[in-house]
Amino acid sequence: MELIDGYPEAMRQSIALVERTRPARLGCTFPAMSLDERKALLTRFHPDYKASEKRPVLFGSSKGMVVSHELADLFEAHPLVRANLDLSRVDNDVDLLVIGGGGAGTVAAIWAVKAGLDPSRILITTKLRHGDSNSTMAQGGIQAADRPQDSPTHHYLDVMGGGHFTNRPELVRALVEDAPQIIQWHESLGVMYDKDPQGHFVENPGGGTSRNRMHSARDYTGLEIMRVLRDEARNLGLPVVEFSPAIELLCDERGRVAGAVLVNLETKRYHIIRARATIITTGGLGRLHMQRYPTTNHYGATADGLVLAYRVGAELVDLDAVQYHPTGAAFPAQMAGLLITEKVRGLGAQPVNCDGEQFVFPLEPRDVEASAFIRECEERVRGVATPYGINGVWLDSPMVDHIHGPGTIRAALPAMFRMYTRFGIDMTRDPILVFPTLHYQNGGIATDEHGATSVPGLYAAGEVMGGVHGKNRLMGNSLLDFNVFGRRAGIAAAAYAHERAPGRLTLAHVDTYEHMLHEAGVETTRTAPRILPDYRGKEALERYLDIPL
Amino acid sequence: MTEYVPLITMQLMGKPYSVPSGLTIMAAIEYAGYKLVRGAGCRGGFCGACPTLYRRDGSHRLFTALACQTLVEDGMSLIQMPFMPLPTKPYDLQAITPQANTILRHFPEIAGCVACNTCTRACPQGIHVMDYIQAALRGDIERTSKLSFDCISCGICSSRCPADIKHYAVAQLARRIYGKYITPVAPHLAARVAELVAGHFTGELDALVHMSAAELRALYEQRSFEAVADGSEPFSANRRYNSAVDPVDFQDEIEG
Repeated sequence: MELIDGYPEAMRQSIALVERTRPARLGCTFPAMSLDERKALLTRFHPDYKASEKRPVLFGSSKGMVVSHELADLFEAHPLVRANLDLSRVDNDVDLLVIGGGGAGTVAAIWAVKAGLDPSRILITTKLRHGDSNSTMAQGGIQAADRPQDSPTHHYLDVMGGGHFTNRPELVRALVEDAPQIIQWHESLGVMYDKDPQGHFVENPGGGTSRNRMHSARDYTGLEIMRVLRDEARNLGLPVVEFSPAIELLCDERGRVAGAVLVNLETKRYHIIRARATIITTGGLGRLHMQRYPTTNHYGATADGLVLAYRVGAELVDLDAVQYHPTGAAFPAQMAGLLITEKVRGLGAQPVNCDGEQFVFPLEPRDVEASAFIRECEERVRGVATPYGINGVWLDSPMVDHIHGPGTIRAALPAMFRMYTRFGIDMTRDPILVFPTLHYQNGGIATDEHGATSVPGLYAAGEVMGGVHGKNRLMGNSLLDFNVFGRRAGIAAAAYAHERAPGRLTLAHVDTYEHMLHEAGVETTRTAPRILPDYRGKEALERYLDIPL
Repeated sequence: MTEYVPLITMQLMGKPYSVPSGLTIMAAIEYAGYKLVRGAGCRGGFCGACPTLYRRDGSHRLFTALACQTLVEDGMSLIQMPFMPLPTKPYDLQAITPQANTILRHFPEIAGCVACNTCTRACPQGIHVMDYIQAALRGDIERTSKLSFDCISCGICSSRCPADIKHYAVAQLARRIYGKYITPVAPHLAARVAELVAGHFTGELDALVHMSAAELRALYEQRSFEAVADGSEPFSANRRYNSAVDPVDFQDEIEG
């Protein structure tokens, strides 16, 4: 296929139209929708609203909750271990077990130390490496209402409206009230936020925000926060065991969570961890590829935490809603689904169709924006076709440099610029093609405002927890969420661990779960948690022999 | 429209595999039948879990890349690299008094830099690694921080360094010192935190938490909007970035 500076001829013709309309579009933005208009659009075009793609959960504490088939498949699956697993030899006896080494887990462990736990009595376990997580991949920013013209009440309203008023109010309050203190904590840890020479944060708008409160670190915001947190955890001497996911929680005879069974991914040896308190911070589910969408998520985002928590009876919430980020890369094919940060729109780039016309306010909440892109491509057929079949809309990235001056993209969006350059496209000169991509688990394990789940001894924080974002999260509230609730869960779990010691370890809940599967008439060979997705080639798998070595 | 995709041959750990052209190295490894456990992380160029070493037909050079961000090529002979162990001496950032020799005292090995520039040539992010090590040696914490900012800690630089320098750990310390001690503290932040601690917003938030959905909707519809960043707004000063030095040099990658 012949490419002209990264794009085939047919796409170049559309780019010419985008360039023609650009001067008139500068300083002229498509109007925002009312709540009623948003609702009508979502109902018709958002993937969450397709009833055929979902089914109710058949049993357990959230029986009847409608979730996507891919997630229901994980609940309707057999555990990886049996209840008679030998638990007599405990490998590690700790005060606090943190399952998940991304942002939430690291924050929780750090604050558990600040709350008085001995670091050597904490264990962080993680499926990949410490920090390989969606936290690291978050680009655009973190919200906090810290400027005089902003306030936590503005932030509160924005969050509730973005979530269609389904959010749990006490969680939203905790989120917005703690936000400025989280930024101050980061400042004291040496996070390099973008600042002007006087020290004022550079703050931009995001989708669905009424004030500019997006703090960023170029477009490596999550990476910068995560690497500082990881460095702090290392300096505190917090033990981390990598490539060792939890595959089942452990309880004591009173039904309190008391640790977990881990498995070493290389040796497949299992490890018994007994813990006074356990925090699940396993992140999201993008690698389940709902409705076959590509995803922005890291390799391990397979909803393990939801499966583990559900097996011990924890209540789940809002899992009918998953977030499709409006701007996933749609071209070239090698980048399909990768995140194009909302900051590109925050800095003024407009989405336009194949004729170079605007069709939506650039900063609607994510579900609304994504639905508008889908409508433009499907119903209105004004998308831009790629050579490999999928359509997208243009994100007119060169506008950023037109508005803020040459060099802004390279200074404020270096990750985006670098990625496109690697694949032969100059986003300072040409627009980039985008289409919605699976991005975030809006719901999750239900908790109170201190991260406590409905099961004693079990806490949850970060993407795996639900309720704070309702049915739709706004940009900049996930980095905030894992800091606010990681901190709160770490403090609460430390207090719990001070007071209580677990009794005799048991996996009786595994038997109970198998029984519920049987009662519900589920006949399957599926197992869960999934741990990692499988991307091996079809040709190779057709000749795969499962032989002992 | 589906085009015929030609097959190419790559050597993976010494074995030849036919794979479609146009795949990333990571996708090609998986296409060949490998289930990755190590060597894959974010799959989007941010985590540094997939460093790859390769040679090409007709070149003596050893090239480096991120498997998720680089296209596989015909004749490529590659291995994936396990990540570099970089244990460092712990420090307490809150107890540090930043001085010109702070980084050198913590990482004395940077004095052994022979200025060979192998680290810079190996960096998949195009960072001027050797320059920031030299800056650290001179005590220029600001330059070290800004030059190293886009580092994803893949550790390729350290795997190639004849002086055994732990580059990304050096840069991490520099950036934390810069962020905490050298960048001015945000003027409005402490005031807002003080307001929150004093309970300034408690009443308003109490009211919002107990409001009915209909009342909330009405308030939401009446929100006032701050102007979308248009460059005239004082806090959206996008040209005054923390990272004034553009540390990115793409020429290597483009010509590579």
